[in-house]
Amino acid sequence: MTDAGKPPASPEWPLFEVFIRSRAGLEHKHVGSLHAADARMAIEHARDVYTRRQEGVSIWVVRSVQIIASDPEEADALFEPARDKVYRHPSFYVIPDEVKNL
Amino acid sequence: MSRAVAAAARPDRALHEALLRYVLRLGDTSLVLGQRLGEWVGHAPTLEEDLGLANLALDLIGQARLLLTYAGEIEGRERDEDALAYLRDAPEFFNLALAEQPNGDFGCTIVRQWLMDSWQLEIYTSLQESTDSRLAAIAAKALKETRYHYRFSSGWLVRLGDGTAESHERVQRAVDELWRFTGELFAADEVDERMVAVGIAPPLSTAEAHWSARVDEDLRAASLKRPAAQPYPWHGKRGVHTEHLGYVLAEMQHLQRTYPGARW
Repeated sequence: MTDAGKPPASPEWPLFEVFIRSRAGLEHKHVGSLHAADARMAIEHARDVYTRRQEGVSIWVVRSVQIIASDPEEADALFEPARDKVYRHPSFYVIPDEVKNL
Repeated sequence: MSRAVAAAARPDRALHEALLRYVLRLGDTSLVLGQRLGEWVGHAPTLEEDLGLANLALDLIGQARLLLTYAGEIEGRERDEDALAYLRDAPEFFNLALAEQPNGDFGCTIVRQWLMDSWQLEIYTSLQESTDSRLAAIAAKALKETRYHYRFSSGWLVRLGDGTAESHERVQRAVDELWRFTGELFAADEVDERMVAVGIAPPLSTAEAHWSARVDEDLRAASLKRPAAQPYPWHGKRGVHTEHLGYVLAEMQHLQRTYPGARW
């Protein structure tokens, strides 16, 4: 480019993860991600992209780089040991007939 | 009708006409601004802004539908919202000239939106107290939407005004160019005066003072300068428009004009 005096094109907007609470009392659930220049814009974009059909009553956004994720390489070490411990599911109890709502 | 009855009925007739004109002004302003924003669909800088602008457009067209339906009822000539939107020519539109100004670049669209949003904020807030219960109800609904529109446009105004040298320069240029259309926002004529007299509409001078303070605050936050007030030759409220409205209507009305009564 000959236009050397101009500043470089602005870097891409950072990525935000979006969490929506669908009704009061329910938890916020991850619904997707989007780009925005700042936190306020991220809320506005999340509102416009993810709540157009009344999907939510509350929005959380968090910079994607702030999320610390488990390493897929470590999946075996993290999750494999739980596989042979089915007894951790509370499904081995005999439920007395008198108990109606369990 | 006896002469005495006719004389007594005359002020009501004039009030009726003024109310019709007032509601058309509000409805047409929302409709034309919504149509303008719709032009961005598929062209906005990012997918998220594309959806954002389309959401504003749909809110505004929703307001226009309520207002034009009401106008059609006041008029009593069996014209519904569609007939009023699609089958009137430019001189019969009474929107503010600011609403019909071209989109320009994104910064220009934002400035136009911010000026209109801050105007609608004042008008709808006061109209909630209108003696006309139908207008009060429409205003209460529209105000919620307008608060979001203003949040969106004022946020962008600051971001652009206080952003890079280029964004600052572009958005200041847009403010300078669009400022001449702001004189019309608060210029009261006989329709406004009649509405104020019966408590249907707020006095524009009060709204102007609030608007002006808000606009100054936003301009300061965005490091932008307020241009001097300028005289304006356009009176969109009276059907005297800039050349741009004709093109907006040509696109908006093309289908209904070509295939009258088409439905899908």
